[in-house]
Amino acid sequence: MPDIDVRLERVTKQFADTVAVDDLSLDIEEGEFFSMLGPSGCGKTTTLRMIGGFEEPSIGTVYLGGRDVTDLPPYKRDVNTVFQSYALFPHLDVFENVAFGLRRKKVPKDEITARVNEALHLVEMTGFGKRKPSQMSGGQQQRVALARALVNHPKVLLLDEPLGALDLKLRKQMQLELKRIQQEVGITFIYVTHDQEEAMTMSDRLAVMRYGKIEQIGPPEDVYETPATEFVASFLGASNLLDGELGRQTDGNTAVQLAAGSSVTVPTDRVPHDLYDTQVKVGVRPEKITIEADRGDPAPGFNHVTGLMRMATYIGVSHQYKVEGPGAKELTVYVQNLGAAPAPSPGEKVRLVWHPEHTFVVKPSAPLTQEEEVE
Amino acid sequence: MSESAVRAEEVAGAVATSILPRKPQRRWTRFILPTYTGAVMVYLVSPILVMILYGFNKTGGLKVSFKWQGFTLAWYRGLFDIPNLTQALKNSLFIATVSTLIATAIGTLVALALVRYRFRGRQVADMIMFMNIAAPEIVLGAALLSFFVTLGLPRGVLTIIIAHVMFNIAYVAVTVRARLSGFDTSLEEAAQDLGADPWTTFWKVTLPLIFPGILAGALLAFALSIDDFVITSFNAGPVSTFPLWVYAAARVGVPPQVFVMGTLIFTFGVSLAAINLLLQRRRVRPALAEASGAADDVS
Ligand SMILES: Nc1ncnc2c1ncn2[C@@H]1O[C@H](COP(=O)(O)OP(=O)(O)OP(=O)(O)O)[C@@H](O)[C@H]1O
Ligand SMILES: [Mg+2]
Repeated sequence: MPDIDVRLERVTKQFADTVAVDDLSLDIEEGEFFSMLGPSGCGKTTTLRMIGGFEEPSIGTVYLGGRDVTDLPPYKRDVNTVFQSYALFPHLDVFENVAFGLRRKKVPKDEITARVNEALHLVEMTGFGKRKPSQMSGGQQQRVALARALVNHPKVLLLDEPLGALDLKLRKQMQLELKRIQQEVGITFIYVTHDQEEAMTMSDRLAVMRYGKIEQIGPPEDVYETPATEFVASFLGASNLLDGELGRQTDGNTAVQLAAGSSVTVPTDRVPHDLYDTQVKVGVRPEKITIEADRGDPAPGFNHVTGLMRMATYIGVSHQYKVEGPGAKELTVYVQNLGAAPAPSPGEKVRLVWHPEHTFVVKPSAPLTQEEEVE
Repeated sequence: MSESAVRAEEVAGAVATSILPRKPQRRWTRFILPTYTGAVMVYLVSPILVMILYGFNKTGGLKVSFKWQGFTLAWYRGLFDIPNLTQALKNSLFIATVSTLIATAIGTLVALALVRYRFRGRQVADMIMFMNIAAPEIVLGAALLSFFVTLGLPRGVLTIIIAHVMFNIAYVAVTVRARLSGFDTSLEEAAQDLGADPWTTFWKVTLPLIFPGILAGALLAFALSIDDFVITSFNAGPVSTFPLWVYAAARVGVPPQVFVMGTLIFTFGVSLAAINLLLQRRRVRPALAEASGAADDVS
């Protein structure tokens, strides 16, 4: 088993009247690309700042490489940060910005030159050494900020929404680069983002946070395919959620009685163990559903609900349908555009079919507040 | 009216004017503002011009004549011919330099404290600085004099310096604070993140970035110190400074060297201010261009 690089043990951070991080424990392995994801104000930045040493926990312990660093100031910790605003020193040129950390460690001059050039090469900014930060584009500044951190060979690199200020195209490109660089240098990345797609494509593991707590932690596929709470299900990707009540268990399957009448089945091992109530939400991802005309008998062994086609949107690679399902719930379906069957048109009665394996059961969460939805 | 109709009319209008150029209205009122501005400029600049001019006036001997008698460089060559005046100028330069250094150091620290820390009495400190700037100089001068008398401190260069530092701290603090309030504190965090302790962070990051503000504050302090008359006159004792000497001489007649010294001090101050401005421009310009460029990209 790989070594634990960063460990937070029951960490709480309280500001004047808000609990920013609430009794949070977390282990991050060496060399891992770990993302923290969650709505605005859920405590991502605060968590990162406690690892970096810019914020002291009110309660709890922070370990880096097995050593308790809770009381250590940032300049004594073997971590480096890429700030959201880049925070490049405006009075120094690119070379001196990158060399800043090495100069503090009194690294010999020749070695500084070599390492700075190597770092600039890594982020593909060779030849920019003499530029001032103000003379570069946002993406270039971002690369320099990355080089400035990486050149110190830290144990852990902290990145707080490093791509937040870039436009979409540059963002996509930088995501790939970041991933490439992380694999190349092999150090632990702790990455904070609002963007669920970004977190899913880049991370080895991710944590979805809310109200200063971790709602779920795991590899992106697990969290996506088997969300643990309603909040995770709706925050990470789109999902269709219906109210239901847990029913009988028969040979590995559990029946869920939908509030609207019919019932669906879920493999029992996909039902969370810590449900305190039989009132649950049952869900399925939009791309797992197929649409049929509501005729004849449904295929046995599949879950299905009937609904009314409301809206069909052509997206190019796929069709997106909005269907009014049981209990007037709006359900979303994505269908890959294979160009074969004619698309159902609005007003038609349709049957939505999916496999029990693709069904998940979550406990209901408080709905997203307006504040949280703002990106 | 529809939008296209408006468009068409505009185009028609444009065509019409291009065929039949409309006579621009020659309204005399459009001269009011430029003339007014010009007059104010003349008003502001003329004393300085007069000062510079009289430094080159070919008057005979010590007593100034306010009649233009031809151009000469004699007063520049004989700048230090009047020993008392020279001594007074030396005193002024010394006092201004020392009080500026002290006031700049103290004022900068005050500004840092006021911007960075929330402490009890912060508002009071603000208030005191404001009062210090707003209070009539004559009151400050008299108050300081009674203070020094009470302490039994003999009046001289030392008391002048103490007085000048006193009235300069607030000016420096206010100037530096203006610079600090826009300071991105994540730069200091970045420095610490890269292994700089607070002391190194201050010298390598904070100080270089607020330096233009400090320099502006110091220039202001120097300018205020070198020509202070009211407060100095209370606390000078037997020591003479440049303004005190000129004031005393004015009753009999001002020697042209005074204008020359005035011109030199003025030139020195203006060039320092200009250099500071240029340095700041160079730093700000590309950043602004960058910002507007980025804004364009987004839209
Ligand atoms: N220095 C501070 N003083 C007081 N409250 C703070 C401070 N820093 C953060 N908070 C509060 O703590 C909570 C968590 O803040 P944090 O910055 O960690 O959120 P975040 O998850 O990074 O949000 P975002 O996605 O908007 O950056 C918020 O309610 C915030 O208002
Ligand atoms: Mg944040």
